[in-house]
Amino acid sequence: MTAFAVHPRTSAAGRAPSRRHALFAGLCLCCLPTLGRAAESFAMEEVGPGIFVRKGLIADATPENADAIANIGFVIGRTGVLVTESGGSLADGQWLRAEIAKRTAKPVTHVVLTHVHPDHVFGAGAFVQDKPVFIGHAKLTEALSARGEFYRKRLVDLLGEERTGPVVYPTMTVTDTAEIDLGDRRLTFTAHGPAHTTSDLSMIDSGTGLLFPADLLFVNRIPSLDGSLKGWIREAERLKALGAARAVPGHGPVTVDLAPALADLAGYLTALRDGTRAAIAKDVPIEKAVDSVAKAQRDKWALFDTYNGRNVTVAYQELEWE
Amino acid sequence: MTHRIGNTVIALGVALATTALSGPFAPPARAAGASDTDQERAARWQEIAKSIFGDRQIAPTETLVKIDAPVRALDAALVPITLTMPDSAQIKAVSLIIDDNPAPYAAKFEFGPAADPAELKLRVRVNNYTDMHAVVETQDGKLYEAKQFVKASGGCSAPMGMSDEEAMKGMGDMRMKFADAQPGKPVEATLMVRHPNFSGMQMNQVTREFTPARYIDKLTVSAGDRTVFTMTGDISIASNPVINFAFKPDGKPLQVAASDNAGGRWQHSFTPPSPTN
Ligand SMILES: [Zn+2]
Repeated sequence: MTAFAVHPRTSAAGRAPSRRHALFAGLCLCCLPTLGRAAESFAMEEVGPGIFVRKGLIADATPENADAIANIGFVIGRTGVLVTESGGSLADGQWLRAEIAKRTAKPVTHVVLTHVHPDHVFGAGAFVQDKPVFIGHAKLTEALSARGEFYRKRLVDLLGEERTGPVVYPTMTVTDTAEIDLGDRRLTFTAHGPAHTTSDLSMIDSGTGLLFPADLLFVNRIPSLDGSLKGWIREAERLKALGAARAVPGHGPVTVDLAPALADLAGYLTALRDGTRAAIAKDVPIEKAVDSVAKAQRDKWALFDTYNGRNVTVAYQELEWE
Repeated sequence: MTHRIGNTVIALGVALATTALSGPFAPPARAAGASDTDQERAARWQEIAKSIFGDRQIAPTETLVKIDAPVRALDAALVPITLTMPDSAQIKAVSLIIDDNPAPYAAKFEFGPAADPAELKLRVRVNNYTDMHAVVETQDGKLYEAKQFVKASGGCSAPMGMSDEEAMKGMGDMRMKFADAQPGKPVEATLMVRHPNFSGMQMNQVTREFTPARYIDKLTVSAGDRTVFTMTGDISIASNPVINFAFKPDGKPLQVAASDNAGGRWQHSFTPPSPTN
């Protein structure tokens, strides 16, 4: 037997994007900055001198929310503005760019691409015109090469071409650590080993001591595993050692006390690891493990039922070869 | 073969890939293949069945084979499937067909004298909302089918999250886990094979071209000179294939011989535990 193809049929999905496209094309020009957004969710908060963060929705991407589900923001330095996270779509990035313009006339000189996930990179398209340095993990380019178009097509299906934007690649990559000087403050970047993804970059602001761990830190929203479970547990320890007291998580409140937030994260990740290991040791198959592992964590996390089973699936594949 | 996958099928798969890679990202309300009518699905199955089994009759069954699959896949690139065939002495072979995958014929297992095919588990990729069919051939040469609908999409084109080189690390390594053996009873075993099983629809991270399909096409497990099963596989089998099966032990080691469509050949031997009372 060899692979054979049944004739490529014209599927519903083949036509759907153009329909959605047509639907949203008419809306997006006039209502872009506020479309479908609950007003209180989309205020920028000043979390430190010159540091602004918008809380992302604890939800999944929908046409209405424009994938504005991550915590995004910017830092105003003496020489320019650094975007800490750009947003989940071109529309989300354009909204952020308008918020920056309300607060400073300084140019956007840097945009951080914290990791490969769509809710963290598709806002970057809004800043291409500013010709900033796009900063990313050394592994981000290849991760975006493999997944960027895959993510983009799915986002186009949801939001339409105009609101999705292009895949933007880093122009400055970080292999170990790097520093950006904005005149009055320095931002130090750390490239992490495989953890939440294989391209996680964290940042500390010297001015406030605030840590930006991006999706290495989920608060309230269940962490989603897409890199290495054992690696993530290790990198979470490393974050602790950076000595910051407060952090801006990738998802959750705009700022949190780092130690308890990391403890909650570690609580979930170790429950996932230990539960999955126990399931493998007892020959509990993957399809049963997804319903039992880490269940004690259920009340602690939003979207648990949506993501926990998937996390178990990813963890099982990593740990079954131990 | 690979060549054709590298052209026609790729375009189809990528165009249809819409959901279910990880990261906070929702499945869209309507996914590929979601709106097809039962009639359209039935017609497609007729066409596929004819291309595989020719004009042979296939009767529906609710007893000879049953498919257990998650109604909605958590991970479209790894959908666990259990095939139950309680009347195991009657079963000669079973085929798994994922109707709307680019290469629908996922796997065929032909059982030998050392097999107990009462239960078989494997992990597959699912690219669309699709019907899945299991077709068993009984010892008297008749065919019977069971069906299960699965919601998933993008499983064949989902990138692996690592470089091709990393994905190919240790290719051909195998492990076998045995459940406790009881005298005179079949023994349950889980075979794990390191192999990326590239679908031909995944993008290479460096070249940004599609990685050519490279998949386990033949895998035979035998106990001494008695065959347990021979699997003929394809791109719908998930990477790092894991197969759970049962066999009738006779004290000899289990031999596994696997090959892929690119000429890779691997052989391993595993010693089952002695029966305990
Ligand atoms: Zn993420």
